[in-house]
Amino acid sequence: MKTENQKAWFFVLPVLLLVAFNALIPMMTVVNYSVQETFGDNVFFWQGLDWFEQILRSDRFHAALGRQFLFTFLILIIEVPLGIAIALSMPRQGFWVPVCLVLMALPMLIPWNVVGAMWNIFTLPDIGLLGYFLNHTLGINYDMTQDPIAAWVTIVTMDVWHWTSLVVLLSYAGLVSIPDAYYQAAKIDGASNWSVFRYIQLPKMKTVLTIAILLRFMDSFNIYTEPFVLTGGGPGNSTTLLSIDLVKIALGQFDLGPAAAMSLIYFAITLLVSWLFYTLMTKDDQN
Amino acid sequence: MAKITLSKLRHSYMSTPKSDSDYALKEIDLDWNDGGAYALLGPSGCGKSTLLNIISGLLVPSEGQILFDGKDVTKLPPDQRNIAQVFQFPVIYDTMTVYDNLAFPLRNRGRDEAMVKTRVMAIAEMLEVTEMLDQKAAGLSPDNKQKISMGRGLVREDVNVVMFDEPLTVIDPHLKWKLRSKLKELHQRVKATMIYVTHDQTEALTFADQVVVMQLGEVVQIGTPVELFERPAHTFVGHFIGSPGMNIIPCSYDGSAKIEGQPVTLEGPVRGTPTGQTEIGIRPEFVSLSDTGLPATVTKVSDVGRHTVVECDCLGHKVNAVIEEGAAPQKGDSTHLAFRQDQTRLYVDGWLATDPE
Repeated sequence: MKTENQKAWFFVLPVLLLVAFNALIPMMTVVNYSVQETFGDNVFFWQGLDWFEQILRSDRFHAALGRQFLFTFLILIIEVPLGIAIALSMPRQGFWVPVCLVLMALPMLIPWNVVGAMWNIFTLPDIGLLGYFLNHTLGINYDMTQDPIAAWVTIVTMDVWHWTSLVVLLSYAGLVSIPDAYYQAAKIDGASNWSVFRYIQLPKMKTVLTIAILLRFMDSFNIYTEPFVLTGGGPGNSTTLLSIDLVKIALGQFDLGPAAAMSLIYFAITLLVSWLFYTLMTKDDQN
Repeated sequence: MAKITLSKLRHSYMSTPKSDSDYALKEIDLDWNDGGAYALLGPSGCGKSTLLNIISGLLVPSEGQILFDGKDVTKLPPDQRNIAQVFQFPVIYDTMTVYDNLAFPLRNRGRDEAMVKTRVMAIAEMLEVTEMLDQKAAGLSPDNKQKISMGRGLVREDVNVVMFDEPLTVIDPHLKWKLRSKLKELHQRVKATMIYVTHDQTEALTFADQVVVMQLGEVVQIGTPVELFERPAHTFVGHFIGSPGMNIIPCSYDGSAKIEGQPVTLEGPVRGTPTGQTEIGIRPEFVSLSDTGLPATVTKVSDVGRHTVVECDCLGHKVNAVIEEGAAPQKGDSTHLAFRQDQTRLYVDGWLATDPE
């Protein structure tokens, strides 16, 4: 006897509800805001695509987007090679393996706002350890609240400190999964260290590196808490990244319409870049 | 090409080995002649891979020397020994084409492209992979990958020795046979010394002219497949080679051998005066059921195709007999076992102690 009914849908219901309340409904609210103007009291006026046009044409958005890409580019170009280099030099066996792994994982366990606050205090020119050392011992004029370059150096360094470990741990996982026979064969084939890296280690790390770069791209492209606590977007607007600008528009100026349009554009860019990157990186495997 | 000599070789993975059991390899003296096809046969953990890695230079032995044509290479790294090794799992440079894979060892040694091309084409033709040369190596089937690994070993024109570390482990059974005969053919064509490590007696016996049997870090016997079968120097070899293995039956010896008081005639004179544990060794192929001889009860009969293996309880000991054709007995039958005299050997503490008449 085979029973046919639609009861199975009830099992999917909890997931549907969960996704609806934490993603779909908030997202649709944003879409709703992005095409209307409101002055409070739940009074809305239809605006169509005006906000989108305004955002896309605004110099302020272009500048923030440019800073955002620059930031993401800088941290990727530092964290990925650095992470691979650290993973390569970590021991593969013995007492130091767990020690290294724990040390590497530590920065990632610290909450974002704490990292921001730590680096803020760390770099204060008169009382921060690093700030004092640079200004008073080395005599370098370093103050991230005054100097945009110093502010950029600080947020990039902070992100490298906080997140290189992710690249390290993922690369390390890729490295330890390479059987010894590969290294032995390479030795017998007379391969140089560079060849071993280029033809054995890098290809074997490719999958995990793709994931690492993707995660670091998305995280850094959406970064908010750390630079907000550290520089608050300043001095001036020099470290106002997209998310900081978004919050300024939405909560500072209470321009909910443009902010909603901007967050949708922001979301679309993140999605598009991630998709492009992933498609390109995995193209070889499908052939 | 070279003759390889292992002299007083010992190896331990511990930094301060104390007793014999701390050694993965115990005192090995061996000569591998130029151009020979050797198999290194033994159960897992007997030290055969350790020995292989010492010859290839991936491991430096704790004691002793390795000589290639009389030249000491004990401390030389693998790339300076001019050896090739094929591993259990095919090692392939995934991002390269098959051609580049085969060319890799030559290019690393700075050979010019024209010469690389001739060698690669010759090897590819020998391995029958010519039509795959432009493909990415990552997409090949396991047996083709293993062929490419072999090819990288053979592509250098002057390798001293090619070593195979259980190379057929990941290959499908029906392709094993093909690759094995390919290997044999390659050996005849390139005439390099080949050492084939395996725990599979069929692979060892079909590939090699000389088989080196190892157990617990020691070489127990070196011989042709026929010698290993007919005159195992140690009960371990008797057990390990043959299917089923040699019957080893505890006996007493006081001028003549007796199993539980019943006399058994040996093949010939016993060396010296045996002290220690004495055992009779006889292959099941040379045990027959007859009307006279040692009384026995049939406990199990298995038909394995061409012949029948009859397992008997003979005076409290398990003895196998292989019956070629004809009437097979039934389980529970009472019978007598006859041992072919020229194949009945005495082992003292595991080692062969009789000589033929």
